[in-house]
Amino acid sequence: MTVKLYDYPLSGNCFKVRQMLLWLGVDHASVPVDFHPGREHKSARFLAQINPLGQLPVIDDEGFVLRDAQAILVYLASRYDDPRQRWYPADPKLRGQVAMWLAMADEITRTASAARLHDALGYTHLDIEACRRGARAAFRVLDDHLAEQHAATGLRWLVAAPEPTIADLACFPYVALAGEGGISLDEFPALRRWVWDFRHLPGFVGMSGIFPAGPA
Amino acid sequence: MPFVTDDPNMLDDWLVVGPASGLPRTTRLLGETLHLHTDADGTPHALLGNDALTVQSRYGFLWVCPGGRPARPLFAFPEYEEPGRRIVDCGGLGVAVSGLRVIENFLDMAHFPFVHPDYLGKVPHTEVAKYNVEVDAATDEIWATDCRFWQPRASAAHDTGSEVFYKYRVMQPFSAMLYKSSHRPDRLDAIGLFLQPVDDEHVIAHTLLAYFDDVSTDAELIAFQHTIFGQDKPILENHAFKRMPLEGRAETPTRGDTTSVTYRRWLRERGMRFGTARAAA
Repeated sequence: MTVKLYDYPLSGNCFKVRQMLLWLGVDHASVPVDFHPGREHKSARFLAQINPLGQLPVIDDEGFVLRDAQAILVYLASRYDDPRQRWYPADPKLRGQVAMWLAMADEITRTASAARLHDALGYTHLDIEACRRGARAAFRVLDDHLAEQHAATGLRWLVAAPEPTIADLACFPYVALAGEGGISLDEFPALRRWVWDFRHLPGFVGMSGIFPAGPA
Repeated sequence: MPFVTDDPNMLDDWLVVGPASGLPRTTRLLGETLHLHTDADGTPHALLGNDALTVQSRYGFLWVCPGGRPARPLFAFPEYEEPGRRIVDCGGLGVAVSGLRVIENFLDMAHFPFVHPDYLGKVPHTEVAKYNVEVDAATDEIWATDCRFWQPRASAAHDTGSEVFYKYRVMQPFSAMLYKSSHRPDRLDAIGLFLQPVDDEHVIAHTLLAYFDDVSTDAELIAFQHTIFGQDKPILENHAFKRMPLEGRAETPTRGDTTSVTYRRWLRERGMRFGTARAAA
């Protein structure tokens, strides 16, 4: 089977889906959407036929159409991961933690991604200082959590599991791309370490702006 | 003049302020906010406060001469109207670095295998073969010719590797063109890079394609360009000096950098100050 992905190369939310599909070994076909400068995702056709919210990514898995990066990660990991379910663990507490961090990923999109849209794609109507303030507040929560959990248990991913989950993938790109929105990660050492670890995962492909790590 | 620079290289030249469509809007130029609109007969206007600036519409973009006394006409771009070519505006992308850095990077082939692997280059095909660079006496434009590079995927229309021929042209300190092998034998696609100077350390990079490709969709062509530009962006923004040092030995070129050497000399000879670093102590 081949999953169709409505895609834009500079979108961190689309990256999440591309990377998940690769890690799960699921073939996909990208349908490029002229997000910028064409704003095709806000066109009447796109709103009527693909996503009434006018957002990317959207997948079409043999007729099953799903929007929202986090929802798509839940679906793909539930459907295509091996029985260990490492990407979306079945344990109730872990699953609760995953859902909590998926919500944080939305907060990161609202703040850090918005700052990048302001600086790089000309979304000058956004309040750039409010975006950056909100991003730093979210990053402070992530950084404290990663540092405290690592000190207490030695675990280094967002949920209390030995391997990364969709929670990490969902939060990753707009943390790694924060500099493009004028947000430095200097004051978030545990978060920087987590970005480093994530970039070194086997099979990590990255996107424009996030280079894959070289061979260790 | 209220602008952040008094460098005549900027004030007396034509500077891009974005597409000629999508008016009215506001935009940033040399530290100021401009209001752009068209009147009933389609004539463009650019206002800084209540002052009307000198503006013209060419090649799908608006160009402003901030000082009102253009030292020369806007550069020629004959490919824009050449029959058989498709014109695709790939939009503006903000970059937090001096525009001189962006042009220099655009002229550089040596970074292809490292920054654009599997697209514009691939290790170990890293050698930059000898090429020619000269300044055209009539137009004062820099031309680099006989450039060639092995590329795994040179454009949206390519799906296999090929030896690609390049020509580069620098028309203004903040604008350059690239001509490269197209999908059609013996014809060259053209890519224009027009930088809108927001201030000394910020530009909006406008990219325009004049291509012979009649296979790819606009979205595919734009996706390819944004993929490439998005790979350059963090490299550009992480320069240790956001502005280009033109004097002294802060940065040392190698043989493959002949175009860059010529570009920097050309900038020095015209007394370029905007976007440059002060001489190191």
